[in-house]
Amino acid sequence: MSENLTPETDLTKPVIPAAARQGKTSSRAIVHFVAPLEETPLAAIDNVDESEAPLSLWADAWRNLRRQPLFIISAILIVLVLVVAFLPQLFANVDPTSCTLNDSSAGPRGGHPMGFTLQGCDVYSRMIYGTRASLMVGVFTTLGVLVFGGIMGALAGYYGGWVDAILARLGDVFFALPLILGAIVMMQLPAFRDNRSVWTVVLTLVIFGWPQIARITRGAVIENRNADFVTAAKALGLSRFNALVRHVLPNSLAPIIVVASISLGTFIVAEATLSFLGIGLPDTVMSWGNDIAAAQPQVRNNPGVLLWPAAALSVTVLSFIMLGDALRDALDPKARKR
Amino acid sequence: MVMFTLRRFLQLIPVFFGATLLVYFLVFATPGDPIAALSGGKPMAPAVQAALRAQYNLDQPFWIQYGLYLKNLVTLNLGQTFSGQDVSAVIGRAYPVTARLAFMALAIEAIFGVLFGVIAGLRKGKLFDATVLVASLVVIAVPTFVLGFVLQLVIGVQLGWARPTVSGAAPWNELILPALVLGLVSLAYVIRLTRASISENMNADYVRTATAKGLSRGRVVVVHILRNSLIPVVTFLGADLGSLMGGAIVTEGIFNVPGVGNLLYKAILKGESATVVAVVGILVIVFVVANLVVDLLYAWLDPRIRYV
Amino acid sequence: MSNHATGQGARALRSSDQPLLDIQDLAITFETSNGPVEAVRNAHLTIMPGETVAIVGESGSGKSTTALAAIGLLPSNGRVSGGKIIFDGEDITNVSSKRIVELRGNSIGMVPQDPMSNLNPVWKIGFQVKETLRANGLDGANSKERVAEVLSEAGLPDAAARAKQYPHEFSGGMRQRALIAIGLACRPRLLIADEPTSALDVTVQRQILDHLDKMTTELGTAVLLITHDLGLAAERAEKLVVMYKGQVVESGPALEILRNPQHPYTQRLVNSAPSLASRRLQSQKAKDALAAAVADLDTPVDGEHPAPVAPRTVPAAAKPVSADGRQHAQAGDTILEIKNLTKVFKLRGALGKSTDFKAVDDVSFSVPRGTTMAIVGESGSGKSTVAQMALSLLAPTEGSILFDGVEVNTLKGRALFDFRRRVQPIFQDPYGSLDPMFNIYRTIEEPLKIHKIGDSKSREKKVRELLDQVSMPASTMHRYPNELSGGQRQRIAIARALALNPDVIICDEAVSALDVLVQAQVLNLLNELQEDLGLTYLFITHDLAVVRQIADHVTVMQKGRVVEASSTDEVFSNPKQVYTQELLNAIPGATLLV
Repeated sequence: MSENLTPETDLTKPVIPAAARQGKTSSRAIVHFVAPLEETPLAAIDNVDESEAPLSLWADAWRNLRRQPLFIISAILIVLVLVVAFLPQLFANVDPTSCTLNDSSAGPRGGHPMGFTLQGCDVYSRMIYGTRASLMVGVFTTLGVLVFGGIMGALAGYYGGWVDAILARLGDVFFALPLILGAIVMMQLPAFRDNRSVWTVVLTLVIFGWPQIARITRGAVIENRNADFVTAAKALGLSRFNALVRHVLPNSLAPIIVVASISLGTFIVAEATLSFLGIGLPDTVMSWGNDIAAAQPQVRNNPGVLLWPAAALSVTVLSFIMLGDALRDALDPKARKR
Repeated sequence: MVMFTLRRFLQLIPVFFGATLLVYFLVFATPGDPIAALSGGKPMAPAVQAALRAQYNLDQPFWIQYGLYLKNLVTLNLGQTFSGQDVSAVIGRAYPVTARLAFMALAIEAIFGVLFGVIAGLRKGKLFDATVLVASLVVIAVPTFVLGFVLQLVIGVQLGWARPTVSGAAPWNELILPALVLGLVSLAYVIRLTRASISENMNADYVRTATAKGLSRGRVVVVHILRNSLIPVVTFLGADLGSLMGGAIVTEGIFNVPGVGNLLYKAILKGESATVVAVVGILVIVFVVANLVVDLLYAWLDPRIRYV
Repeated sequence: MSNHATGQGARALRSSDQPLLDIQDLAITFETSNGPVEAVRNAHLTIMPGETVAIVGESGSGKSTTALAAIGLLPSNGRVSGGKIIFDGEDITNVSSKRIVELRGNSIGMVPQDPMSNLNPVWKIGFQVKETLRANGLDGANSKERVAEVLSEAGLPDAAARAKQYPHEFSGGMRQRALIAIGLACRPRLLIADEPTSALDVTVQRQILDHLDKMTTELGTAVLLITHDLGLAAERAEKLVVMYKGQVVESGPALEILRNPQHPYTQRLVNSAPSLASRRLQSQKAKDALAAAVADLDTPVDGEHPAPVAPRTVPAAAKPVSADGRQHAQAGDTILEIKNLTKVFKLRGALGKSTDFKAVDDVSFSVPRGTTMAIVGESGSGKSTVAQMALSLLAPTEGSILFDGVEVNTLKGRALFDFRRRVQPIFQDPYGSLDPMFNIYRTIEEPLKIHKIGDSKSREKKVRELLDQVSMPASTMHRYPNELSGGQRQRIAIARALALNPDVIICDEAVSALDVLVQAQVLNLLNELQEDLGLTYLFITHDLAVVRQIADHVTVMQKGRVVEASSTDEVFSNPKQVYTQELLNAIPGATLLV
């Protein structure tokens, strides 16, 4: 703050002396109106409204969520994708790995609605079977990022001081290397290059993706750590750490959940991008990214081979991002204020 | 203000060291023969190996290696590529292309992003808003390379409105399509951010006071709502420029733009670690500078920050 | 300025028969997610030129909504669904937006409530004032001087230099003065002042209202003052309009309503308003005992009316033993003693340089068991810091805190943990002191769980008892804080504080955020509990009027130091220090009803 130009006492000296403050009377006649009691019955002061069932914030959010079309659509899609990932046999009865070069780049025919890849594999069933790998990368990366980034962010935000300084700088360091770039460098390391699998991709993405969640968590924790209910808990004898776990974190979850949902989508895209660049999942694993990359040379004469897995990817990612949007509206703190 | 700048600068120094250290460590110090990493796993003549060892000071302890690397970085003594070219010269050719691409992408996302975001925010819940929202979701969901392919196919090949790939000289007009693809995802984020910021500020108390003063609606929107809403948007754009300058690996790959991203990608695949650490080192410097500029910009736009 | 005054004064005389603002049968409806809600019904009020009219009501009474409708500033989901608003003969209920923009600023001005959020933080103050002048066609060649003139009229010293500063560089009082300057800059005929001083210290409040009074009298401006404080309204307005649940229940001359309220709601307000009531609240038992002796109680005592006042003659010292039957040397011994307490904060400057800030400076006082000690001060007085140190949540820089003879500072580990059971807090903001994720049962049970008292069955029994003690139905257990009102949440906070059978409860502005009637209810509850359980209260507040109602002893603090300390009666009837006198004089309405 800049220095005060005027001493504060000048701003509190009364302008009208106390003796003169006897209230005002008007020279005009003013009617004294009293409303009849029947029109304005008095209620008891401050009684509890017993009319509805108890409603926690989560229940309230759920109610809000159920009414949003964005949520309904995304929920249906996500459930569909999950089922496909777990039980691909239900959706495709052609073996995706049985490829014959005779069928190379053949168009759609009976039983094979989307045609064939360059290798002669059925596009449709590869798309179905590829769901699992892509989804696994998305889900496990998000879990990893939530755990690692969440812990770092929570500790930084709660304890502040040099803990915060160090963790924030650490986050900045990883932030400085863009996700794809860092992932590329990482996947080039012999240890990773020779062991490409879902888990190495997940690890790579977690290593470069945790700062974002850490930042959100840190912000939410900082907002909540000085709340009166936290101070009250400490005054009851709760240790500082327990106050973080039991009171601060549950109240910080809302923005984290929103970002996690959207991040899940972007991690699936990231895996596809890495596979497209040739350093993602190995060719032995069926994934949308791999299929899109493999379909590159054919894109001019047989675009479907690229576009179908791309569409599946996009729809999946879209549903997670829509879910994130719907959650953000439902958990909006401004709607909570009473 | 000066103090603020100084403090932010001091905070970014460890970031610079940390990021370059991380990359250098990943490339050179991981288990395994660094020469193998340098050669990409291909066999090399002993003489070449010895020369490489000398060049990269691989006989020295790691910290000295790192220190020498930093020294070389700031003096732009960046070594040579496998094909014998000076790394600094190669980067010098590639960076202006990336810079052109980055600024075009930024222009697209700034102009259209803010425009659509403002309209959507002011007319929240109406048709334009809903359309824009859905469109932005779709753009974020579809991977950049798919968008790139599709647009290349449709606009470049089928409609023939633009060259499908970019020539070596990479003039401005050829970069329009890649810039569009590059900027599309950020465009979606800018729209969403602007929209959210506007709808939040529209209901602020000071907007009501401004209206109570007798200001016309237009003036309230521009001088009060817009001015305040654009603060987070401008800082996002600034940060985005930093990452755009980092080279858009995917987009440059699809359209064959001879920029930094393409250079980096090929170097990584070939195992040219010299190029990799040099380019990444410069990227980190650019990132740090961009961050500093963004922070200063934020402080200029929001007077409350200046004294923090 | 003077030529404006005569012009307006002359105009006021000519049209003195016609109301400047006439609101008839106004109804306002809001579209909410639960359907349309009628916030205001059959509201009517008239303001004559140059007159000051105050609308008084609690939150949710519709007072702000009615006034905002007059200037066309209802939120986007609100609309006028019936009735008329007539300004100077013109029906402006559904007038075109062009016309209402014309009227705003130079015919109807507004001073809003919260000075922090109502000024745009990115523009300088001078710019925001100039904007007002320009929008109403009043800027010209010498706009800079005009801006400085307008700011200094409103009581802002060094106006020319201040105009170049940003809102966050001002104190709350200065910001409010800037808002007043903006509201009156174009000399409107009607000024709507929405709780213009609620967020400010009481001495600042008084000066600002004095200034506003002076300006509006000179300019002949009519004022529509919105406030929840009956004393303030009666002191500053000629006419009072009382609103309850969206309707006007009583209106008329201010002093008359105060002395002779007719409607039961107004009677409730007059009985509960702390600035008007002037004796310490008595618990039910003591009241009954007194009622037998004193025959002069004129208001019926029942659950719906706040307690009437009767002079307190029983000295505080003769109190029974505390709830858990601990033996005391004698009743009235000192349970909490603060000696030379000092707290210095290090404020980090620009580049690692830090300055010392003394928040609490050599404060000493002692609190006898079973009594209430009030610590009164304005913002920056250090009173909350003292409370935090008493709760052992903040370590003092110097000094000692003796609780029942034991030095609290030196307690660690197990001893500190056990100490916590004996002192508990209640905080100011009812919306922040309960964890939104915990239901009421878990909230009240938490202290028992932390200290491992009883098993789940006995804890449930205890929770029920506690809810009963604070007059909340047992079914509240399953509810969540977001379903309860402010007063109800404070009662839950009290129940939580009582769970461990503490000796001392520290109330840090515990009733400051509550409506008047709810406040009286909570104060009554606190008093009852003190009587029943032998509790000692350390009551932190900025409101001297409330102090009168609840405290036995008072310590007045200013800028970290103790200014005056003695019994409540003494401080109120015979204040020795100038600052104390200023605080007393600043209580709105204090001089009206004696």
